[in-house]
Amino acid sequence: MEKLIGEFSLGLFFWQSLIFIGLFFLLKKFAWKPILDAVNERETSIKDALASAEAARNEMESLQSDNQRILKEARAEKEALLKEARATRSELINGAKEEAQVEAQKILAQAQDAIQNEKRAAVNELKEQVGSIAMEIAEKVLQKELESNDKQLQLVEQLLKDTNLK
Amino acid sequence: MPTTRNKLYTLFLLLTALFSAPYTLEAKESEASGDLKAEIKAYISHHLQDAYDFSLFSYTNESGKHIYVGIPLPVILWDNGLHVFSSSKLHHGEAVVQSGAYHYKLDHSKIYRTDAAGTINYDESHHATNVAPLDFSITKGVASMLLIAFLMFFLFKGLAKTYAVNGGVPAGIGRFFEPIVLYIRDDIARPNIGEKKYGKYMSFLLTVFFFIWFLNMLGLTPLGVNVTGNIAVTFGLALLTFMITNFTGTKDYWLHIFDPLGASMKWYAKVPLYIILIPIEVLGIFIKPFSLLIRLYANMQAGHIVMMSLIGLMFIFKSWLGSPLSFGLAFAISIIELLVALLQAYIFTMLSALYFGFAAEEHEHH
Repeated sequence: MEKLIGEFSLGLFFWQSLIFIGLFFLLKKFAWKPILDAVNERETSIKDALASAEAARNEMESLQSDNQRILKEARAEKEALLKEARATRSELINGAKEEAQVEAQKILAQAQDAIQNEKRAAVNELKEQVGSIAMEIAEKVLQKELESNDKQLQLVEQLLKDTNLK
Repeated sequence: MPTTRNKLYTLFLLLTALFSAPYTLEAKESEASGDLKAEIKAYISHHLQDAYDFSLFSYTNESGKHIYVGIPLPVILWDNGLHVFSSSKLHHGEAVVQSGAYHYKLDHSKIYRTDAAGTINYDESHHATNVAPLDFSITKGVASMLLIAFLMFFLFKGLAKTYAVNGGVPAGIGRFFEPIVLYIRDDIARPNIGEKKYGKYMSFLLTVFFFIWFLNMLGLTPLGVNVTGNIAVTFGLALLTFMITNFTGTKDYWLHIFDPLGASMKWYAKVPLYIILIPIEVLGIFIKPFSLLIRLYANMQAGHIVMMSLIGLMFIFKSWLGSPLSFGLAFAISIIELLVALLQAYIFTMLSALYFGFAAEEHEHH
């Protein structure tokens, strides 16, 4: 301890303090403050850049999810539209079918009516023709039968015989 | 952290013990080299102390005269007036310098006022009884500190400038120093002092770290300066830590010293405890920076002693086996010293930050 105190040099202590304190203030003003400020500034700018990148990413994500949502909606709408169209189409087809059936029925009925009428007319005409042919034949037969007076008289007698006067 | 420091201390002590063992053993064997050993011993103890000139090396010429090669530095004395003269006039204690009405002579690395003949009187324990004037000389240590101060100033000013020029990105050597600055901020100041208050201590911590580190490194160069291994320098540094700690101490810091138990006990229960506790706490205020100054001083001093002893060993061995061996040891030790230089700067800064953290603490009142 005594040796240590003996070694202690006041002059060196004085100069050391002076140099160190001087160096401290000089460095503080010209070096540490600008260095630490620059480093801090750089760090904050990096932090800011990171934060803004994060924000951009989040925005992108939300945009993407928005897009997804819109796409989904559009798809759903398309599906609904298609469904509706399909329903309308089948409805239309069914309606047309029914209408056609009714029309066909109607046409069929008309045709049947027409056929019936034709048939009736044809039958009537046939009847008339058959009647006139029968009349002609009868006329011819009668002409043949009643050619002679005897036969006419015979017939009259016959007829008279059949006819009893009351 | 303390565990690694302790480990390093242990390692250091072991190495010192290991390497000093063959030294003493050898010393007993070779009585003939007693002169040389005494010379080496004197050289080491001379080197460990501050010097009035920046000696680079010395040798003995054919006529047996000691020739010193170095740069003379100004000697500044205050002895009823200012006395300034070149250290070359002292002739390493061989000449008497007349300045004004007084004569001065160098004796055992200290300047004393003498008569014209340069007589120095000693007491029984071989201490000079002559008047020692107030000595403000620019010694080797002061010159080294000035050198480092200039180096640091231009280095870090340059670094600050590259930020301005280069858009916030360091260039050149700044790329090496910026991570260290950031390390001190993020791993020393922030965790120990706290996010809110670390800013105002940063300048001191950075300055003290680089100042000690650079001076330690300068001590490893062949210039042979030993600044951080000087008690006056470490005292000055620790004194600043002490003053900053206590001048920036918050109410909580002082409360912790004078009322460590707080409201957890009744006052009459605290009184007998405080008779013991308060003196311990007050003593702690001084012991903390004292440990700083002794730790740095002792580590650097010890490093220099070991280094120089191993180098001196080469001249004592003077054999094809011994000298390369001690060269290898000196080489290994200087690599360890390189680490110690950084480590001691780190420890000083770290502990200073820790003490500032105590001073700046503000806790929730319970």
